[in-house]
Amino acid sequence: MTTTLNTTKETKIDTEERIKIREIEMVDVIVMVGSALSAFALSYFFFQILLPVSGALGFLVCWYVFFNIISTVAVWELRGAIKAKDHLARVFIWTGGLAAVVPLILVLVYVIGKGYHSLRPQFFTQDQKFVGALSESTEGGGAHAIVGTLEQVGIASLISVPLGITTAVYLNEVKGRLTKPLRMIIDAMSAVPSIVAGLFIYAAWILALGNQQSGIAGSLALAVLFLPTVTRTSEVVLRLVPGGLREASLALGGTEWRTTSRVVLPTAKSGLVTAVILGVARVIGETAPLILTVGGAFVMNANPFSGKQDALPYFVFRLIRFPQEAQVARAWTGALVLVILVLVLFVIARAIGGRGPDHISRLKKRRLKRKGLA
Amino acid sequence: MSVIGQSAPSDVADKSAPEQVVTPVIRRSGIDRTFRSVATSSGVITFVLMGLIGGFLLLKGYDALKVAGWGFLTDSEWAPDQGGKFGIAAILPFTVQIALVALVIAVPVALCTALFITEYAPRKLRRLLTAMIDLLAAVPSLIYGLWGLFYLQPRLITLSKWMANHLSWVPFFHVDDQYGTSLGIFPSSTFVAGVIVSLMVIPICTAVMREVFSQAPPGEREGAMALGGTRWGVVRDVVLPFGRGGIIGGSMLGLGRALGETIAVTLIISPAFTAKWSILDQGSNSIAALIALKFSESSTFGISALMAAGLALFIITLLVNAAASTVVSKSRSGSSTEI
Repeated sequence: MTTTLNTTKETKIDTEERIKIREIEMVDVIVMVGSALSAFALSYFFFQILLPVSGALGFLVCWYVFFNIISTVAVWELRGAIKAKDHLARVFIWTGGLAAVVPLILVLVYVIGKGYHSLRPQFFTQDQKFVGALSESTEGGGAHAIVGTLEQVGIASLISVPLGITTAVYLNEVKGRLTKPLRMIIDAMSAVPSIVAGLFIYAAWILALGNQQSGIAGSLALAVLFLPTVTRTSEVVLRLVPGGLREASLALGGTEWRTTSRVVLPTAKSGLVTAVILGVARVIGETAPLILTVGGAFVMNANPFSGKQDALPYFVFRLIRFPQEAQVARAWTGALVLVILVLVLFVIARAIGGRGPDHISRLKKRRLKRKGLA
Repeated sequence: MSVIGQSAPSDVADKSAPEQVVTPVIRRSGIDRTFRSVATSSGVITFVLMGLIGGFLLLKGYDALKVAGWGFLTDSEWAPDQGGKFGIAAILPFTVQIALVALVIAVPVALCTALFITEYAPRKLRRLLTAMIDLLAAVPSLIYGLWGLFYLQPRLITLSKWMANHLSWVPFFHVDDQYGTSLGIFPSSTFVAGVIVSLMVIPICTAVMREVFSQAPPGEREGAMALGGTRWGVVRDVVLPFGRGGIIGGSMLGLGRALGETIAVTLIISPAFTAKWSILDQGSNSIAALIALKFSESSTFGISALMAAGLALFIITLLVNAAASTVVSKSRSGSSTEI
């Protein structure tokens, strides 16, 4: 029963070498290089000599505009209007596509540059107990905040992941009268602004039920944000499981529970894990709901159920607004640690998500070998 | 996609006497019945949770709403704790302004990125770019806020100044200031906040548009190519018309996200309580930022007022997103988008 599926490998069809349609010719290259050079000369002339303004950004913009004009005119002369429009659209779309990535790189480089100065091993082991606003930024650390974040996100996952995946199973496997409205509600829930989730927990858990601000309140707020993400992505993943597998299992006499637990979920396993990890990566940096719920602290409080607790994003948010440079430097270090956490989660999710459902891990292979199955 | 045994209305078989039912009788084992009820109840929990969010905000914000009455929509000050008036008449326009600035930047960029990924990019670049856009979505908004505050804002205000000097005939860019247009009046503005928020909107818009574009019918695509169309011709006449719903829906989903963005806006803006057209000069606000900033200094009544503001934000984002998902789901068959 352990080998649930043996998806048939796609038979490779011997095809001839694919003919590539060459879109770029030598003339085009010459036109592009020529336009770039002449645009550079022209913008140098206009920008540096005629106009009373200066600056690298202005120059680049000028260059870009001139390049577009010159190259479009050149293509128009050579190939006609239709090709010229095609060329212009291509340039704009390439620019726009790459423009979306530039800020990401700038942000990452900037955070690393700002944060690594005061990143010491003790950042992971000490809290801010004996640290004042004026002490060196390398003193003390953010261990209390890291522990707080890990606990809050951990508890939030414990609540949301089972609930979310079961809801996805309901939406996709069980189905019922609720399916349609539920899907709408989940769409709506994923739109809840994070601060509203915090307000909700503050109103329900702290004001109405009379609890204090604590780690668990933060976890509940994060869980509210986490739940719709997990449900939606899991539902998408479950929908990718081929219906034939379900039917085969049912036809062999499997119950619905068996079909879901032994066929559907294992097939979708890597996708589900990816969905969960990506969800964690999003939730781990949420700040707004924590402002209202965890309370914040400068000393270690490992118990999420009582007393105020700190969280890494909240730690950064508070310290960055201090006037002292050392505090700001600590905040940047916290931000760097946060970014690293997100990046690590992201890379793990990508690595797992890249595997197909027929991927067999090394551990599983060994287990199968022992049974003489592989 | 329907599976044998699931399409039948199963509950009927369980409730009434099974002998009288003519349609296929499904006898489920105890385990199966437990399984179904567990799955159903988790669905119900999610359902109830959503109602609770609105319910509790209304419950706790009721005190403030009762005092403010319609003034909650028409007053622009925010002084519930001082016994003064409070309302969202100034904060709501600011919130919308920030979101619109974000959209004006994000939608063209997202459109280009989505087209680039589906139509133009070489295969290897395509995968890399998709991963990068996903990563753009995964970076916490706090980090964008910090970057915007320390890196982008000092650079962006030069652009603000340039726009105020040269484009002041546009009402949004007109800065009415007796100090002339010195650089000092441009930080913490709606414009700067909107630019930062646009970074968080881009991945959402791109994800929706990319999915819709990639579903453009290959037959029509190839047909256009075969008729001698250029790549831009294919994009203009096949991909874009087919993906119109996705473009609108994606933009609206982005709008929902932009309206609710908290931390980045909180870090950038300096709170203002008088609505204005100009987006370039200092002073802006948003409902979410108001809650984050005022929360710690508010009394019970002040918090009740904030709950009411939160309820307003909740309702607005719900409406925007409901409209968006309707548009998106109409534009394609059945499947929903992974965000």
